[in-house]
Amino acid sequence: MKPPRFDYYAPRSLDEAVELLGRYGQDAKILAGGQSLVPLLNMRLVSPKVLIDLNRVRDLAYLRREDGVVAIGSMTRQVEVEEAEWLRQSCPLLMEAVGLIGHPAIRNRGTVGGSIAHADPAAELPAVLSALGGAVRVRGAGGVREIAAGEFFLTYLTTAVHPDELVSEIRLPVLPDGSGWAFEEVARRHGDFAIVGVAAHLTLDRGRIGKAGLAITGVGGTPVRVGTSEAMLRGAEPTAEVFRAASGKVKEAIDPDSDLHATAQYRRHLAGLLTLRALERAAARAGKGGSARTRQGG
Amino acid sequence: MLLEQMTKIIGQSIRRVEDPRFLRGEGRYVGDIRVPGMLEAVVLRSPHAHARVRGIRTARAEALPGVVAVLTGEALAREGMVETARLAGARLPIIAPETVHYVGQPVAVVVAESRYAAEDGAEEVEVDYAPLPVVASIDAALAPNAPGVQEDAPSNIAVQKVVGYGDVEAAFREADVVVEEEFRIARAAAHALETRGILAVPDPATGGLTVWIGTQMPHAIRRALSLFLDLPERAVRVIAPDVGGAFGSKTANYPEDFLIPYLARHLNRPVRWLEDRREHFVSTLQGRQQVHRVRLAARRDGTLLAVDNAFWMDMGAYASWPHLLDRTITTLPGPYHLPHYRCAAHGVLTHKMPVGPYRGAGRPQGNFIMERMVDRLAEAIGIDPAEVRRRNFIGQKEMPYTTPLGVTYDSGDYPEALEKTLEVAGYKRWRDEQAKARSEGRYIGIGLSSYIEDTGGAGPYEAASARLEPDGSVTIYSGAPSSGQSHETTFAQVAAERLGLPVERVRVVATDTATISLGVGTFGSRSAGIATGAVWDACGKLEARMKEVAAAMLEAAPEDLELVEGTVRVKGVPARAVTFEQLGQAGNAVSLNPLPLGAPLLPPGVLPGVEGTAYMRTRAQYANGAHISVVEVDPGTGQVKLLAYAVAHDCGTLLNPSVVTGQVQGGVAHGVSTVLLEELRYDEAGQLLNGTYMDYLLPTASDLPDIVVEHLEHPSPFTPTGAKGAGEGGTIPALACVANAIEDALRPLGVRIRELPVTPDRLWTLIREAGGDPQRAATGGRAR
Repeated sequence: MKPPRFDYYAPRSLDEAVELLGRYGQDAKILAGGQSLVPLLNMRLVSPKVLIDLNRVRDLAYLRREDGVVAIGSMTRQVEVEEAEWLRQSCPLLMEAVGLIGHPAIRNRGTVGGSIAHADPAAELPAVLSALGGAVRVRGAGGVREIAAGEFFLTYLTTAVHPDELVSEIRLPVLPDGSGWAFEEVARRHGDFAIVGVAAHLTLDRGRIGKAGLAITGVGGTPVRVGTSEAMLRGAEPTAEVFRAASGKVKEAIDPDSDLHATAQYRRHLAGLLTLRALERAAARAGKGGSARTRQGG
Repeated sequence: MLLEQMTKIIGQSIRRVEDPRFLRGEGRYVGDIRVPGMLEAVVLRSPHAHARVRGIRTARAEALPGVVAVLTGEALAREGMVETARLAGARLPIIAPETVHYVGQPVAVVVAESRYAAEDGAEEVEVDYAPLPVVASIDAALAPNAPGVQEDAPSNIAVQKVVGYGDVEAAFREADVVVEEEFRIARAAAHALETRGILAVPDPATGGLTVWIGTQMPHAIRRALSLFLDLPERAVRVIAPDVGGAFGSKTANYPEDFLIPYLARHLNRPVRWLEDRREHFVSTLQGRQQVHRVRLAARRDGTLLAVDNAFWMDMGAYASWPHLLDRTITTLPGPYHLPHYRCAAHGVLTHKMPVGPYRGAGRPQGNFIMERMVDRLAEAIGIDPAEVRRRNFIGQKEMPYTTPLGVTYDSGDYPEALEKTLEVAGYKRWRDEQAKARSEGRYIGIGLSSYIEDTGGAGPYEAASARLEPDGSVTIYSGAPSSGQSHETTFAQVAAERLGLPVERVRVVATDTATISLGVGTFGSRSAGIATGAVWDACGKLEARMKEVAAAMLEAAPEDLELVEGTVRVKGVPARAVTFEQLGQAGNAVSLNPLPLGAPLLPPGVLPGVEGTAYMRTRAQYANGAHISVVEVDPGTGQVKLLAYAVAHDCGTLLNPSVVTGQVQGGVAHGVSTVLLEELRYDEAGQLLNGTYMDYLLPTASDLPDIVVEHLEHPSPFTPTGAKGAGEGGTIPALACVANAIEDALRPLGVRIRELPVTPDRLWTLIREAGGDPQRAATGGRAR
């Protein structure tokens, strides 16, 4: 379990990293927190000619609130999100999801940008990005490009980032007052990639659902955003019947595969069940005053 | 000395002597040992489960910088190195020269100046395989016209035996109740934290080798290498340094155990091989996988009449550990009066990594079958499962009890163990909780399991030497190394008790064949009874020598002396005493002059050497106990949550209660994970599908509840301290215990648990097939 030979670069700045990437492009792999890449290297499942290690690039590690948006530098460790108390108000769905990623040791090293760029359809952060309809900023030789969440994930472990670009920032919209949220998942063990996970948020406005977002992990090549469900929720009253119908739409919309951990049938069932549970919990939170005033629950 | 007199050190939960170095990261494993000029080896393994090796081209690998040698099976065969030496199991090919029979079987080995170079070399070895038909499951192996797993074997059933007693057919004819079932237990493996590894260093002085190896049995490795390499045993020194877990998987007879020492001699350079985790998944012995068809006959009142069982065990490509079948057969009847019994066992060959001993080594499966069937009986006759067990236990007054199979249960109070577990777990309270939960539409279940465990029955004897040092401390040498069992602590406690010495004054060395001439090893829960028995007796011999030397120093008769608090003194006369230190200096004198000045000299009339060696042979000791688990099932997702786990555990005299508690808790984790998590999944082509810890799930602390352990102590009459083994009792009953609880939780739905592991997907499917959860079918509300 020893990696094959590679050249190693440790740039100190984003500009330097982009320059290296421009030089090596397809031959290079970017090392962020290393939680996925290092095992792949050690098992010789990938053999890049060049490794560009971003861990010394300070200008990619930040967390800040801009106008209506939470902006996260791609090299921000997951633990830093977990410990940023202000995010409980600005982006509680992210906070709930980040606690479900692996274990503390993994979150200490794992980065937000790494998880987004790796694009594992079972991972939590891509689903949060997708459900919230956020965006990803990428940097290349040609400058900055912003890619909407809906266009970012192409298929398994594949994104719209070009070989000479790297993910520099994740942008998540701040939900309006009266919003509720929930991340539900079923994992075999605490800390595992979930078999299926559901990221959900909805906003209540005078007894009716306003904005709503739903993204499902583990049921396709990317986090699956279910537009038909969201459309059904918008403008409806937050009743059990509506949530059941929305979860039924989820089951219709997805086409999961069977794998080692679960059959397609079970995944489809879980997607429906967890959608229901997530919507119930999100609605309860929204009803209690929403994101602005509620502390994170279960 | 009588047991009642030993109360001071044995039975104390003293802190583990070995902990400080482990906690500081200062343990020393094979991977930590480097010697000058050391080469590193990488074993190239077959990607096919069954194939003919048509040819191997090594030139490109050999041409790489740093690569020293590439060896194939053909080259080894020319040297006469074909099969492992025969010791415990069957002989295995070292490198298969013509045909490979499982994915992971060695095909070639690359030796290089560094591991990186060796890995690069392995990628350049070209092997031309002609794939052959694959048999990857018991069902496939037994199918009509199934291809043969081994070309020279007449059948895919490699071992077959029928054991039993009584008149089973008559018992079934007369029975009021008959329950029957088919059960499947998946393939799993021990997964020690430290993978296997071996470093072999040529020794020009002996013309042989020194070998460091992560093993449970260094002396057996020495014997095997002596036979294999045609060397006298004195030329083979085997050292087991710190070993990071074994659970049966580091017993003798792996191809690499022979290959690496051979290479060291062949190249006349030190050679090390460290198994990596991906290799471990396909090249270290696996276990567990069995299919059972069982019938149980009983009277209406719950009295057991007969068990008629047939089972098939997936042995992998070589039936190298047939005794696993015997342990299933003998464990099944358990702590009960069972008048009639028949068990037909079949060891089935498949194109997979062979199975071997894995914590329990066949016993958990035997217990699983019996305890599942006792629960089914309780359900059939409508009597509480605890009561059915009570009505069938062998009583304490019957001890020692020889079963109709001819094995002797030496001591124990099986009913007491069950009652104690019921009490500790709060059985009545949980039954109330269960009733309340059911009325709320939640699914809580309680599982029971009683068990016996034969400990110390494997292996012919164990050896120990005790030596008084010049500083007055005592060193114990043993043939039983620790792979986590705390021997440095518990052996020291036994010696300290026997010699009347503070435990800090005893050090234990159980790692090196050069320090003790004979030894057998650590397996089959044998150390607490047999290895410490040898320690006890060696200390007795040491005591006799100490008295001889002290008698000369004190001008008294040896029989008038006693050992008290680190001194040897004339009985009742504290003033006439020599300290252990004085005795150690005198008895180990190296000079005719006092060294240091004033140190006592060897008195006239006695010979030096204050030490003793003893060998312990004895019969198997039977530990016993009972487990209770409480689970809650989420019927929407099929997830099982363990709410509580309680154990009453009786391994005779407790040497160190906290060590035993740790053994039991770790054992429970292994057992629970066989029910809920672990399954080595192979496809029809014999490819392992989940060969990483992402996909093969081991339990972590966050997956387990607090495991409460209550100790009972019914000493064994067969060991000097009364101790019995404690290594596997945590695992054996845990399989049935948790499966019983899951089935109990879902009893209102009539769900039947027939297959392990019980994954969420499988359980959800079973719930759905049983008609689903009526209360919850339409809502997302969860069981909390």
